[in-house]
Amino acid sequence: MTGLLRPFHQMRWNEPIIYQLGRKGQRGILVPEAEPEISEVAGDGLSSIPEKVRRSDLPNLPEMAQPHVVRHFNHLSHENLGADSNIDIGQGTCTMKHSPKINETFARSPKVTDLHPYQDQSTVQGVLEVIYRTGELFKEISGLDCCSIQPGGGSHGALAMACMVRAWHRDRGEDAQRDEVITTLFSHPADAAVPKAKGYKVIILPPDEEGLPDLEAYRNAVSERTAAIFFTNPEDTGIFNPRILEFTELAHRHGALCCYDQANANGLLGIARAREAGFDMSFFNLHKTFSSPHGCGGPATGLVMVDKKLEEFLPVPVVKYDEIMGRYFLDFSLPKTCGKVKAFFGVVPVVLRAYAWIMSLGAEGLEEASRTAILNNNYFMKKMLQVRGCSMSYPKHPARIEQVRYSWEELKEDTGFGTADVQRRIADFGTHYWGSHEPFVIPEPFTIEPSESYSKDDLDEYLEIMEQISRECYEEPDIIRHAPHNSTVHHIDHDYFDDPEKWAITWREYNSKYEGYFKRK
Amino acid sequence: MSLEGVSGRKRLGLIVNPIAGMGGAVGLKGTDGGEILMRAISMGAIPRSPLRVREAMKEMTDRSGRLEILTCPGDMGATESIRAGFRTEVLPVGSGSLTTAEDTMEAARRMERAGVDLILFAGGDGTARDISGVVGTRLPVLGIPSGVKIHSPVFGRNPSMAGRLADLYLFGSGVGLEEREVMDIDEDAFRGGSLKAGLYGYLLVPFERRFLQGGKSGGARTEAVELDGIVQEIASRLLPGDLYLVGPGSTTGALMRHLGCEFSLLGVDAMRGGRIEGADLSEEEILEMIIPGRTWLLLSVIGGQGFILGRGNLQISPRVLRAIGRNRIIIAATPSKLKALYGKALLVDTGDEDLDRDLCGYVRVITGLGEETLFRVER
Repeated sequence: MTGLLRPFHQMRWNEPIIYQLGRKGQRGILVPEAEPEISEVAGDGLSSIPEKVRRSDLPNLPEMAQPHVVRHFNHLSHENLGADSNIDIGQGTCTMKHSPKINETFARSPKVTDLHPYQDQSTVQGVLEVIYRTGELFKEISGLDCCSIQPGGGSHGALAMACMVRAWHRDRGEDAQRDEVITTLFSHPADAAVPKAKGYKVIILPPDEEGLPDLEAYRNAVSERTAAIFFTNPEDTGIFNPRILEFTELAHRHGALCCYDQANANGLLGIARAREAGFDMSFFNLHKTFSSPHGCGGPATGLVMVDKKLEEFLPVPVVKYDEIMGRYFLDFSLPKTCGKVKAFFGVVPVVLRAYAWIMSLGAEGLEEASRTAILNNNYFMKKMLQVRGCSMSYPKHPARIEQVRYSWEELKEDTGFGTADVQRRIADFGTHYWGSHEPFVIPEPFTIEPSESYSKDDLDEYLEIMEQISRECYEEPDIIRHAPHNSTVHHIDHDYFDDPEKWAITWREYNSKYEGYFKRK
Repeated sequence: MSLEGVSGRKRLGLIVNPIAGMGGAVGLKGTDGGEILMRAISMGAIPRSPLRVREAMKEMTDRSGRLEILTCPGDMGATESIRAGFRTEVLPVGSGSLTTAEDTMEAARRMERAGVDLILFAGGDGTARDISGVVGTRLPVLGIPSGVKIHSPVFGRNPSMAGRLADLYLFGSGVGLEEREVMDIDEDAFRGGSLKAGLYGYLLVPFERRFLQGGKSGGARTEAVELDGIVQEIASRLLPGDLYLVGPGSTTGALMRHLGCEFSLLGVDAMRGGRIEGADLSEEEILEMIIPGRTWLLLSVIGGQGFILGRGNLQISPRVLRAIGRNRIIIAATPSKLKALYGKALLVDTGDEDLDRDLCGYVRVITGLGEETLFRVER
């Protein structure tokens, strides 16, 4: 396996922020003046707006000619990295996969983009049908009974579950008594954060020596105070908890609800379901497992499935089908609803892409996708563990599902180079990888998730990059020390990421923090 | 870090305890005190600190003369600093060969006055203790492990890693600072076969952040933020009429600071209704104050091995623990402190086997606001 490394160099445009590019008076589109006949009837378009709500100054928007706008965004795309431009297996836990382009055609169709959520239901039967049918598909995928597509992202799906947990216990008069939620250390951090946001105390189970949630600890944690458990499985280590039923059964025995984080279900489709694992509800990220693009932070969908007993606690509205009238409709009349978790009823383009993806694969195709993802991961793992300096977290439990959290601890001890150094160097090969999010307990971590989209050649190419970097760490340390060589950003000062006072994620914020914009005024 | 910080000059204080570790090679469990040293030498021990320092200095680069080293004469630093080719300023401290605790302290004192960016020292727990007694947590200090006793989590894992971390702290990024415990054991007792570790102070220690900024990690909690959450959580649980015995440590200390109480970082204090009722109490004083059923004990994890009882808090004796009762022990620790302990147990060693057995099992450790993590306790 040699010769797969390709010479690469990152493009650098030193592209300014679009606000710094505009020139006063430039325009992308010149709108023709209205003819006198039209003005006579329609007025000037402004004076009909009441003075109190009319702004006195123009909004602060960049003024630019169309070719400059196009050039700007093309430059930015050159400086970008994503599933469409690299072997995107290094962003473990995120389930990066190919999004078939035909699905974009559906999502961009005027039949979708021209819809408005305030339209009369009789005029949006098509999209309601897509939502309803998606719910039907997820009944099969999860084994659960009822669906909501309202949450706009993964953590939002978890929040919807926490809202339903509250509503459920309130309805049973046990809300005050049940003030604790149990999660595990390697569940996604949102599974701890979201119940806290709903006012619950969160109990975290540590992993045992095999990296599995400590069952003995769990027996000590669960009680009549437990409102729910929030578990990810397989966890972010890639380890599947085969005793999950013991956890859910014990929770039920104490009157708690069982909530499943299936943001990443990529190793389970057609293989294992929330129902058989004893869960009362589960959410799925349509933008991960179900191939809709992540959209750089949204909008997305954390589709929620619940058991029949929880139907009336779902967020409203729910899309239903009236068989007698033969029409789809929005049902707002759930008397025990946990309320809305988002405006309107969901992010339609995301649902549409996921629906198209599932329909194109069928039941056998979904299972094959998962089996391929598992095979890819295990092929990669076997090869990766032969790379000098690399080990896996929790080697006592070597079976992994769809991803693995590895460690460069040995490399660090041998050479002084750790995961941050490998990450700097990997940019020279036109790809990237990611370490880990909370909890930061695996030394020098990195997380690889080779989903079903990647060919054996792709995996071999990525492995060769890893081998090359490991070899350099041991034999040519100067290359690593001064990396990246073929990328454009050399060293990032992490202090900026750690200090909220220095963050600026909007132009307004940047001006406020760095230019004294508001003070100057 | 400012731009100036990246390009500017840096001054490093280097303290080498040349006799550190000599006792270990000949089985003496430490080298504190002149008599033991003489015994070690007579038994054939040779200094190993200089070699350990050399290993560490290999990982440091002079960055075109941007690094200046302040150190002591001869084996106390100058020899290795000059050998490695660094610009070296020698302080007039000590004789340059055999060294005393006073020499170490005097060197640290002068280095602080000279405004060094970091003190790098080669030694063991005893050396760490001497330095912490002088500079406290006012400036960053990092140890090259070369003593016999390395109980304090203030050392690099090995000399190379210490050198690299120092270099990264001075000239790189991604290095944070944490208050870490200075632990030491009573060498006489240890030679007699019993292990009694005490908590002697704190040092401000650089550590490499073992994580990366990923697309969705979006900034990490620093230990200060974690501590703030823990303090809020404990404060919300305090019952105004009950007595709280507050064990040593920076976690419990943060609560006392929040309440505006004077506290002893290394001792056991008593607090009621947000007011201090006794500082640095002895076992007898604690026993006198306990009101059964109305007294709580607040503990943190001491040192890197996960002890909650029996290291650095021996005042909290078996009698004290029995009088308070297991159900009134509150344990708190930051996830940063616990990161090496997941999958392992917290430890108790009260000196009373029956009691230790009773304390075993699972406990809930407060790890944040509205957050507890379960830990197994073993003896």
